[in-house]
Amino acid sequence: MKDKIRELLGKLGGLPVAVDTLADGADLYAAGLSSFASVQLMLGIEDAFDIEFPDHLLNRKSFASIDAIAETVTAILDGQEAA
Amino acid sequence: MNMMSEIRGAGLVERARQVAAIAAKHADAVDKEGRFPHEAVAAMKEARLFGIQIPILLGGEGATIAEIAEICSIIAQECASSAMIFAMHHIKLSSCVSHGTGDEWHEAFMHRIVREQLLLGSATTEAGIGGNLRNSICAIEVDGDICRLTKEASVISYGKYADAILITSRSHKDAASTDQVMTVFLKDQYTLEQTHVWDTLGMRGTCSDGFLFKAEAPSVQILPKPFAEIAAESMLATCHLLWSGVWYGIALNAVTRAQAFVRAAARANPGVTPPGALRLAEATAELHLIKSNTIAGIERFEAAKEDPAQLSSMGFAVAMNNVKIATSQKILSVINQAMMICGIAGYKNGTPYSLGRHLRDAHSAQLMISNDRILSNTATMLTVHKLDTSLMA
Repeated sequence: MKDKIRELLGKLGGLPVAVDTLADGADLYAAGLSSFASVQLMLGIEDAFDIEFPDHLLNRKSFASIDAIAETVTAILDGQEAA
Repeated sequence: MNMMSEIRGAGLVERARQVAAIAAKHADAVDKEGRFPHEAVAAMKEARLFGIQIPILLGGEGATIAEIAEICSIIAQECASSAMIFAMHHIKLSSCVSHGTGDEWHEAFMHRIVREQLLLGSATTEAGIGGNLRNSICAIEVDGDICRLTKEASVISYGKYADAILITSRSHKDAASTDQVMTVFLKDQYTLEQTHVWDTLGMRGTCSDGFLFKAEAPSVQILPKPFAEIAAESMLATCHLLWSGVWYGIALNAVTRAQAFVRAAARANPGVTPPGALRLAEATAELHLIKSNTIAGIERFEAAKEDPAQLSSMGFAVAMNNVKIATSQKILSVINQAMMICGIAGYKNGTPYSLGRHLRDAHSAQLMISNDRILSNTATMLTVHKLDTSLMA
């Protein structure tokens, strides 16, 4: 999952640095993720994983790092299975 | 819920009215000469209104955003420039209160604001960036215990008259343009070399000239949270809400003048409904929309305040953006209605019904963080954020 997230981040994140140089826990906002790019990334992830982010997860924290995004996506996928 | 019942006692409102009375005396001169409202600002200090937002534990009065917005509106009914200065100060202060509490230097600074009634200025705009305050070109240089900053600040709110300036920059020389911090610099820690003159259509008394800002201070004065969090969790919301308080005050005073005009006409011709009466009724309905919108925004903020996840959520940002867009647009149509009612007496300066200053001051509302920028930001968020389907939640 993190590989896919990294791929999307590279494509949509518009970061001034290469995604390979970022650790999974690195702060993406400090790395230059803009609010516009973060929304593009959210859309890309919704599409790639066939999910929809509920509003309570649409905040800065959910997209602060690759780890945080993976956690958010996992939580949504788990929720869908349970439903 | 009645917001007024939450305005603690008559204390703050009474103090605000005293300031407004003084602001009223000088409002036309401040506007005409484009000068700083020294008398009103001195009255704010005298009434000890600059520290009210600071928690009681840190020497302040713990005033809520509702109480501060009420004061903005009271002062704006007499002098919009004075009210805007008061609002800007409290917007800056909200960043200290929300993000500096728990930090030794910033807590001591807040004690000092209360004690000395310091006026805080703002420098988020930069040459080459314009109003996109979530980007910086300049970077703060931290050298051991000392930090240094040079910024081409094309607008600094009442720059010459502030006692301290809160200024944004990149967090270090290699940082991305969005990786920002905000730093407090005290008056004796910076120099200002004027580069732009604030000769504007309205809000002339805010004297927001542009400067080349150069400063050096202990690095502990950098606020301990990223500016991205400060912007999302305190600054943008308080901006939109306190500005809306100011704008409501301007519009309310315009309608009050129009009502006085209609009443004078009704008294002059008993038994005949004056021609402006219907339009006045319509204007009060629009005014009510501005008021309801502002109150709803304040309630939303108060409810979200204790929860950083809510404050940084898209739903909250969309709601605050919408408050700003609606109030800033609506006041223009309300003041225009008032002008139609008062006719030439409203168009002329120096009559009891003059509305030129109101109209000019109100035109700043769409530009202070441009509505186009805000709309495009909301438009981006709406590609993922889903609209709330309930009326009351």
